[in-house]
Amino acid sequence: MGEGDDHSLKSKKIVFVTVGTTSFDSLVKAVDTREVRQALFEKGYTHLLIQMGRGSYVPNKYSGEPGNSLSVDYFTFSSSIAEFLKSASLVISHAGSGSIFETLRLQKPLIVVVNEDLMDNHQSELAEELADRKHLFCARPQMLYETISVMDLASLIVYQPGNATPVAKFIDKFIGFSNNE
Amino acid sequence: MESQDSHLFSEFGSLNVAILLIVGISTLITIRIFYVIYRSSKPLYSRHPGPLSTLIVLGSGGHTAEMLNLLAVMQMERFKPRYYIAAATDNMSLQKARVMEDSLLHKADVEVAGTSSFMQIYRSREVGQSYLTSVGTTIIALTHALWLMIKIRPQVILCNGPGTCVPLCVIAFCFKVLGIRWSSIFYVESIARVRKLSLSGLLLYKLRMVDQLFVQWPQLKSKYPRANYVGRLM
Repeated sequence: MGEGDDHSLKSKKIVFVTVGTTSFDSLVKAVDTREVRQALFEKGYTHLLIQMGRGSYVPNKYSGEPGNSLSVDYFTFSSSIAEFLKSASLVISHAGSGSIFETLRLQKPLIVVVNEDLMDNHQSELAEELADRKHLFCARPQMLYETISVMDLASLIVYQPGNATPVAKFIDKFIGFSNNE
Repeated sequence: MESQDSHLFSEFGSLNVAILLIVGISTLITIRIFYVIYRSSKPLYSRHPGPLSTLIVLGSGGHTAEMLNLLAVMQMERFKPRYYIAAATDNMSLQKARVMEDSLLHKADVEVAGTSSFMQIYRSREVGQSYLTSVGTTIIALTHALWLMIKIRPQVILCNGPGTCVPLCVIAFCFKVLGIRWSSIFYVESIARVRKLSLSGLLLYKLRMVDQLFVQWPQLKSKYPRANYVGRLM
């Protein structure tokens, strides 16, 4: 992927797609369409890397010509997706809270795609709430192209990570531990 | 005539005694249950000095991450020994808890680390399992939960959502009613729940089986007024 070339490394802008520990074929299918690839390329991204999990839909690979089209690659699982998140300029993720907060902590632009095939779809609650607060963009698989073409990364607000200390203090106090013991 | 009367009377009498006993005992248990619920909602003021044995119920991915975030800011020397429980099908969560406990040991602070144990619990129903076979597996899971709780008898229970915590909390509540062991039960609803409590959270809230229930979004606090909102864990 031209790692040796300093110039291409600098201009490398990676979109990382992650479906988590299960499968999310409709997301992989959505990013594997010509229009989405085109939209990402027009936004200045050069590479598309897809973590496809246990899914049965295998996306197409493209080597991509610099300045001409998007390079596309995929893999199933990795022991840690942290490195991929760090190297990405844009993350497109399933709605699991784990990868949402991991991405937000790294302050990476994030599009969360809600899986409408899930039975108990409480996952959309979190993504929609965080989208209302402008920490990320929330989309459905069939709306991904539209979301990418109209998104304005400058409108995103950095997420301030939560703090568990008040809960811990509450518990201490309730049980009868004083806080400066 | 007279003997028949007395026979009739004694039959009524023993029946009456039985009814009285049943009514009496159930009244006592009801009063005890209400007392336990009332007492649980109030802070402890007479506590044995020293650390408290603590049961930590872990769930899958997101749940475990939230729990570990909470444990990271707790003063662990107050909560020991620590018992971690996760579903038998979930190896990742206990692994993550082990890593966290090892990092406590590496800080060379044996006081803080204390002893920790890791256990797995059967789930009453796996995803996709039929309802018929789940009757059997539920009985096995409950018996297993009871056995673990009798062994651990924790003084503090921390849980945050996976379904496995419900039987454990119910058993802990029964222990409180029966006077076997008083425990303080804390439930932190997952950050993924913004508008509605999870089924586990709702059950424990409605049945008033947890001492304190935390939510991570103000919307939930206004919907469930007995819950606490003091910020997010993530």
